[in-house]
Amino acid sequence: METSALALFKKPWVLITLLVLLFLPFTMNNIHFHHVLIMFMLFATLSQAWNVIGGFAGQVSFGHATFFGIGAYAALVLLKRYDLSPWVGMLIGGGCAVIVAVLIGYPVFRLKGHYFAISTFAVAEIAERLFANWDFVEGAIGLPAPVLPEGWINFMWYKTKMPYFYIAFALFVVVLLIAYKMNRSRLGFYFRAIKQSHEAAEGLGIDTTKYKMVAMAISAFLTAICGSFYAQYILFIDPPSVLSLDISIKIVLITVLGGAGTVIGPILGAAILIPLSEYSRILLGGTGKGLDLIVFGALILFISVYQPQGLVGFLRKTGKS
Amino acid sequence: MEILKVKNLTMKFGSLAAVDEVSLAVKKGEIIGLIGPNGAGKTTFFNCLTGYLTPQNGTVQFDGHSLNGMRPNRICRLGLARTFQIVQVFREMTTWENVIVGAFCRTANSADAYQETMEILKFTGLYEKKDSLVGNLTIADHKRLEISKALATRPHLLMLDEAMAGLNATETIAAIDLIRKIRDRGITLIVVEHVMEVIMSLSERVVVFDSGKKIAEDVPEKIVKNPRVIEAYLGERYHA
Repeated sequence: METSALALFKKPWVLITLLVLLFLPFTMNNIHFHHVLIMFMLFATLSQAWNVIGGFAGQVSFGHATFFGIGAYAALVLLKRYDLSPWVGMLIGGGCAVIVAVLIGYPVFRLKGHYFAISTFAVAEIAERLFANWDFVEGAIGLPAPVLPEGWINFMWYKTKMPYFYIAFALFVVVLLIAYKMNRSRLGFYFRAIKQSHEAAEGLGIDTTKYKMVAMAISAFLTAICGSFYAQYILFIDPPSVLSLDISIKIVLITVLGGAGTVIGPILGAAILIPLSEYSRILLGGTGKGLDLIVFGALILFISVYQPQGLVGFLRKTGKS
Repeated sequence: MEILKVKNLTMKFGSLAAVDEVSLAVKKGEIIGLIGPNGAGKTTFFNCLTGYLTPQNGTVQFDGHSLNGMRPNRICRLGLARTFQIVQVFREMTTWENVIVGAFCRTANSADAYQETMEILKFTGLYEKKDSLVGNLTIADHKRLEISKALATRPHLLMLDEAMAGLNATETIAAIDLIRKIRDRGITLIVVEHVMEVIMSLSERVVVFDSGKKIAEDVPEKIVKNPRVIEAYLGERYHA
């Protein structure tokens, strides 16, 4: 069994896809095109992070915006109040998300299936209200990034999106490697075992509570890192933009559309939804708000009726026949 | 040397005592047969020993550890493994993937766990089907897979809950052979079974349950002549 993460690069199509992605921004010097690419990689990474707990371990969370928001706020608040580099804020945000994940996970993991999903909803709603009323983080007014010289230390650029592209690309590749490695290691097998039969997993020596907590912590950490990136990219955050249910749902939908519990699924899902969402916004302007989600809802409906395993299942089927 | 010592184990569901004041001692290297009519409390007894149920009363000592109040995963890591009457396999995984989950109990290294998995699949005769999806396996293979998963956790004591139910004659003979081979590896076994030939030919001692109580414990030859056992379970056929 191949267990090294770097074995992923031995597959020619993986290497080619990554290289194409890396050179894609040079084909069109269009700032909006760059934005779509960045959002694609960001949401593919977010969905990959969600996939750890939601796809592999099978504990469907509708509250991942909480971790995203924690990461986003950690970076900007620490930068604004304590002049801390967002790179450090990113790690602190990740750490805070892990702590919150464990604190939430401890009571919530006693619930199973739908009840778990509902309680994650509740947690996310609480977090959004909490941040909206918290003066230290500017509450509902929102938090603009302080205007600092652009560059790598301050993690901000105004004239170009290319550095953001490179950071998002690095994040995308690293998280892809983590997911690939996890899938073939003890953690991955344990997560999938827990998803398929709690009782059988316990019977084979798996501490199900502990490993669900580990899955949640990994997922929360990576999600918060993405949140910090988003804050530094947009340079303005408020509760609706980083803590809303929309974000939680979008992450879940991307993964389910692509194929939950597979490494490639989140990437496929993001490759379809993100361009759809971004371009429908350009074409239709304000009135187009939500149209992407209507199309996406139809896609999900179609997928769940004809291929519940998502696009990955569809591809596997056509690959076999 | 005694590997398992159960004292006055009682498990009640409401007013019904599914397991009633049962005591049992198992020696290292034995094969114990556990029989009894449907609803006698055999599976409940298993569930109490392996931490799936918390008995109201009684103590369980395994290899010098008290198992009282322990969760199933810890009991498994101590070396007490079980199979389920209704097979509990991971349906979206292949045969070898199912077994490697058990093998990861003793090592975090994927290559080691994989090697161990292949050895066990060869031992239990599932090696040719290692890449099959579990959904495509026959009943006999499902039962073998249950045993393989449990074996992968390297148990000292293995409890089989009707690992032969639903098998045909040839498959049953193969299964008996496998259980003997497992014992020869130095693993102690408790076997719950309905098929009498199996229990009688396999076990060194037979324990009989009826309505939650242990009504007999003896060598197979004497068990078939015990009037209480005949009355409760064996019926006319074995009377002669």
